[in-house]
Amino acid sequence: MTKYSLSSVNLWYHDFQALTDVNIDIDNNEVTAFIGPSGCGKSTLIKSLNRMNDLIEGCRITGEFLLDGEDIYGNIDVNMLRKRVGMVFQKPNPFPMSIYDNVAFGPRTHGIKNRTELDEIVEKSLRDAAIWDECRDRLRKSALSLSGGQQQRLCIARALSVAPEVLLMDEPTSALDPISTGKIEDLINELKREYTIVIVTHNMQQATRISDKTAFFLLGEIIEVGRTEELFTNPKNEKTENYITGRFG
Amino acid sequence: MSIRVRYESELKGVFDNLVLMCRHIESAIENCIKALMEQDIELAKEVYESDIIIDRLERDIEHSCLKILMMEHPVAGDFREVSAALKMITDLERIGDQAKDIADFATQLGGGKAVSKLEHIPQMATIVIQMVKDGVQAYINRDLELARSLDTADDKVDELFCIVMADLIALIKKYPEDAERAIMYMMINKYLERIGDHAVNIGEWVEYAITGVHPKKIRKTANGKGKK
Repeated sequence: MTKYSLSSVNLWYHDFQALTDVNIDIDNNEVTAFIGPSGCGKSTLIKSLNRMNDLIEGCRITGEFLLDGEDIYGNIDVNMLRKRVGMVFQKPNPFPMSIYDNVAFGPRTHGIKNRTELDEIVEKSLRDAAIWDECRDRLRKSALSLSGGQQQRLCIARALSVAPEVLLMDEPTSALDPISTGKIEDLINELKREYTIVIVTHNMQQATRISDKTAFFLLGEIIEVGRTEELFTNPKNEKTENYITGRFG
Repeated sequence: MSIRVRYESELKGVFDNLVLMCRHIESAIENCIKALMEQDIELAKEVYESDIIIDRLERDIEHSCLKILMMEHPVAGDFREVSAALKMITDLERIGDQAKDIADFATQLGGGKAVSKLEHIPQMATIVIQMVKDGVQAYINRDLELARSLDTADDKVDELFCIVMADLIALIKKYPEDAERAIMYMMINKYLERIGDHAVNIGEWVEYAITGVHPKKIRKTANGKGKK
């Protein structure tokens, strides 16, 4: 089932057109990977999926962004949109507070004050992010005391704490070592049972390992989108083949 | 050295070894049939020795391909090229074994009188040698038409196989005392027919490397099951 349906999407930063006539469907309970050389528009598009680009001055967007059939650039509550669509960034960015408070931050913002309820949310989120066993005895310690890989999983737990439907991940493992990367990839594979995941990655092997669908971007356009196995063994477009085989980019 | 340059140079090594393996196989088929027809036991022994080289080349190519897969993580056309080479060498090695098996019968049959009406066996050998050569050439030159032509060539081999089989059945009926030798010739007939099948397999992997679709998969989708 389609979660996001984007059609004729164009995006400008002032005079510069960063996305041109983008059309893509993102399916429920799947991992969709965006690949392409730097500056091709993949991070711009992922940030548009929960209107993070609203914060950028001079950003103008046209086209249709349907989330479950509803236009996210229409008359909707942006805070509620960001509750439904969580985001994890390239560099782990825990708040300078305890592990517990990092995860409880979102639910508290959305009005949950009951301690027992918050405890349950924190535990479930940390379990779902596969970090509970490593931090259950140090929930009151600073999140900054965690390793880079643990901090990134904490950020995923923080994103999960508000029960989103979609998880956007912009190069979530590019700053991590191979062990932490492996844990995040295993986690993504688990999370797609409950969430729809969109990931930007520069790592071709990562895209083949974790994604069901891949979209290749070049100069603000989607050149090819298809099932990951098919796109990486038999791409239809020569530009895709040239990029993924390292002939350019 | 950039990733592409290293990849291209490693793939060239695979190509060179494939051509070398192919040449040894052509000679092995040629020699085993010559040994059979001329009852030349020494030549048959040479086929045994060339099989050792063919086996070594298979291991070398396999090692190179696995190294490319591990070091270069090829995708798309590169991935298909390397995986096709990995599959093709299994068929080439089996062809080498079959030439050796024919040489084995040549030594067993040595010294006795040859069964008449054998002109079709060298004819089959000529066709399968060309098929093996074409299969490897099609891979090296990414020649889809040549790869697909192997199916037609194999039809001719199958036709000759049936003719030789009918001749041998008639011969056994007429000269039952020659039955043991006729059965050995029948085995040789079968080995040549199998070499044709292996060459067709090579052509199919070449087609996969070029188009991304294995022809057996198309047939399977069309028929609900694969063609044997």
